[in-house]
Amino acid sequence: MKMPAPDQGTIARRSEIVEALRRIVPGEGVIVDEDELQAYECDGLTAYKQLPLVVVLPETTEQVSRVMRWCHENNVKIVPRGAGTSLSGGSFPLADAVTIGLGKFNKILDVDFDNRTVVAQPGVTNLAITSAVAHEGFYYAPDPSSQIACSIGGNVAENAGGVHCLKYGLTTNNLLGLEMVLPDGEVVRLGGKHLDSGGYDLMGIVTGSEGMLGVITELTVRILKSPETAKAVLMGFPSNEQAGDCVADIIGNGIIPAGLEMMDKPAIRAAEDFVHANYPLDVEALLICELDGPAAEVEHLIERVEQIAKDNGATELRISRDDAERATFWAGRKAAFPAVGRISPDYLCMDGTIPRKALPEVLRRMREMSDKYGLRVANVFHAGDGNLHPLILFDANQPDELEKAEAFGADILTMCVEVGGVLTGEHGVGIEKRDLMPVMFGEDDIKQQQRIKCAFDPDHLVNPGKVYPTLHRCAELGKLHVTGGRLPFPDIPRF
Amino acid sequence: MTTDIVTPENADQVRDMVAWAVDSQAPLNVQGHGSKAGLGRAVNIGTTLDLSRLSGITEYSAPELVLTAQAGTPMTDIHAALADAGQHLAFEPPDLTGLLGGDPGRGTLGGLVATNLAGPRRVQVGAARDHFLGCQAVGARGEIFKAGGKVVKNVTGFDLCKLLAGSYGTLAVMTELTLKVLPAPEDTRTVLVLGASDADAARCMSRALTSSHEVSGAAHMPAAAASACEAEAVSSRGTSVTLIRVEGPGPSVEYRAKALCRELADFGETVEVGSGESRLAWAAVRDVQPLTEPLDRPVWRVSVAPTEGPGVVDALRRQSGSVDCLYDWGGGLVWLSLENGDVAGQAERVRNAVAHAGGGHATLVRAAADVRAAVPVFHPQPEPLAALSRRLKDNFDPARVLNPGRMAEGL
Repeated sequence: MKMPAPDQGTIARRSEIVEALRRIVPGEGVIVDEDELQAYECDGLTAYKQLPLVVVLPETTEQVSRVMRWCHENNVKIVPRGAGTSLSGGSFPLADAVTIGLGKFNKILDVDFDNRTVVAQPGVTNLAITSAVAHEGFYYAPDPSSQIACSIGGNVAENAGGVHCLKYGLTTNNLLGLEMVLPDGEVVRLGGKHLDSGGYDLMGIVTGSEGMLGVITELTVRILKSPETAKAVLMGFPSNEQAGDCVADIIGNGIIPAGLEMMDKPAIRAAEDFVHANYPLDVEALLICELDGPAAEVEHLIERVEQIAKDNGATELRISRDDAERATFWAGRKAAFPAVGRISPDYLCMDGTIPRKALPEVLRRMREMSDKYGLRVANVFHAGDGNLHPLILFDANQPDELEKAEAFGADILTMCVEVGGVLTGEHGVGIEKRDLMPVMFGEDDIKQQQRIKCAFDPDHLVNPGKVYPTLHRCAELGKLHVTGGRLPFPDIPRF
Repeated sequence: MTTDIVTPENADQVRDMVAWAVDSQAPLNVQGHGSKAGLGRAVNIGTTLDLSRLSGITEYSAPELVLTAQAGTPMTDIHAALADAGQHLAFEPPDLTGLLGGDPGRGTLGGLVATNLAGPRRVQVGAARDHFLGCQAVGARGEIFKAGGKVVKNVTGFDLCKLLAGSYGTLAVMTELTLKVLPAPEDTRTVLVLGASDADAARCMSRALTSSHEVSGAAHMPAAAASACEAEAVSSRGTSVTLIRVEGPGPSVEYRAKALCRELADFGETVEVGSGESRLAWAAVRDVQPLTEPLDRPVWRVSVAPTEGPGVVDALRRQSGSVDCLYDWGGGLVWLSLENGDVAGQAERVRNAVAHAGGGHATLVRAAADVRAAVPVFHPQPEPLAALSRRLKDNFDPARVLNPGRMAEGL
């Protein structure tokens, strides 16, 4: 992975840039000392590190706007940053760019139960939204596993998902409004407490744009009433195929669970050794199916899931008797990443999505790749929506192992695309999967996406080097290549 | 004026047509069945690119929850294929042919997504945009491209599909679309609350939607709309009717409907109706049937925060004569039927009322073509957003060959 060569001219202007930023954000809000900058040298993709040129921590939308305007007028790049938990390097800093940290935008501005909305600043954590409304029995549905730390603004930038998104959707389906600062410093509001927009769905394209279209300064999300009850079923299967069939049958029977998770044998073992969730160790695959909603419905559906599991040859079948037992079922799954971290010095977490029917083939080919690279792999899987998280185990202190692990990961994601899936289901492209974009998208596909970038940020000053291996110059993209005077198509029917 | 209609049979022919249009500087009126030709800004475009021959479901696997079909596939075909597998498009696509005029049931998948329509279940599961996973399309430089994917969870690259949904064919010509589909509910119950004022109905709907009963529809018909409703379960009441819907397995909907009857009793008499009557009543809400007549009245679609809906109607009633309305989305979607006359003045009053209600948008859904050419059909955007929208059009369709002017002048 290579980032674009830093612009030495910008680096040479550092003291001038710092001075300008200090005029906008006084006091401690501009960070320049190397030891303090180190806190910002990477995000959740820790394999890569780079000190930012300077970090600025504005406190108001007006300050963000003035910083953006100054950078725009002075041709200085910026990198937006929330809590810095991106697993794909979405807020990876650049040596020639100002990192704008939104950490001080940490307030919840409005809670409106009648309209079922919360207005928050982008630096508020995902979990804090739920905490602010839990006393009235509400919650915010998207729940990425980093929800205790990740910022809601970052969730919007990455279109974050989570265990519950099969039933309740990703961030984009739960977002109602945004205030954002465009690359030239203009402040705009999109959406609000109402649904949909009259014109182009600008909020829809900003969501998941990985910080490349501007900086979010406020957002409105919808909240839901917590379900009356929730129960989980833990199922063990002698083969991955049977577990996969069971998932297809649950959904084929018209049941959309709140969560439907699968773990393969290496993941089960690692999780069990770590949290002692009493998982069965003699099975190849484990499914956890959570149903939530009205008690009458959950009871009814649990019985059906139980029957479907038996029909598919489940050798282990447990139904949670209370919330404590349900939490135990989940404990291993939720601790799967740190559990794998315990058995390996380092690991890479991949994030492809596949059509579920391809699961047995994908797991088989992954085992072959594991042999080829000599690296172990453990799989946790959002089975309901086909989102696969293979964890590749390696030791960065061994020569070439990081490169080998990355090549293994690239092979897995390429395979996901080959079987009809996609490169990333919820973590984003960032810098991690940037160079794989051509595996999924052709030149013309990518050009269309970049036309959005050109409408927002024609100078490519916001979060450069992310998502796209090369950014076409907007002047080049804007050209009209006409085919030249052909008479049209005698073969198209005309009336 | 005379219109040339071209009916390509595949994406390559669509591409040739677009390339020709750019070459000849001849804009294209991109459409499916044309069932929503009356929706949006009225424009006169010489050549119609009719996509109705791009028809057929190309891929459908019920357990994968994904359906792919060509853009011109009739919605009736899509609904039938999904029903066979016990599934549906959860966002409840409306059929506006009654309201706008036209043969019932007409409309294509491409047209549905291009207009981003959604019915009552919008409050629970989202609109067309939320279920639109990917597409193949032809760009306005005559290039075939794809956007999104064919799986239900995907964040790879910019979400181009969101931009295309609701863009009325002004940015690209979609030729094949992939949508998320979901199991259809086994059973439905509707709790009717009788006689509530608009303001009380808004509170009633809010209470229902903030309950833990997973309400999938909350609508209100004032007495006039209720009496015009073709569902007898509603029209026979002789008063206003608030409708609260629950869906799911039998034992569950029974339990939840009973609970809602109890919890909403202080808003008025409650009545529980079963699946068949529910379907009719919600189809009427979805298709705005009670406001269809009189046919010459302009119809507006207003989206505001749910608690603000009645205030918008109140404000308009104080200023104009007769205001008929129907509330959906828990009060956040207000359909208005207003007196025919000075529609430009009406637009100002409606949009002022929306601004006064804390913001939202108002779309002129039904009006004569000359009115829809003169009065902004879509809610005018503040200048920075309008400029951004124009820059998007500039980048996607610099030659202005795809449905130019369909959303606003210059787009």
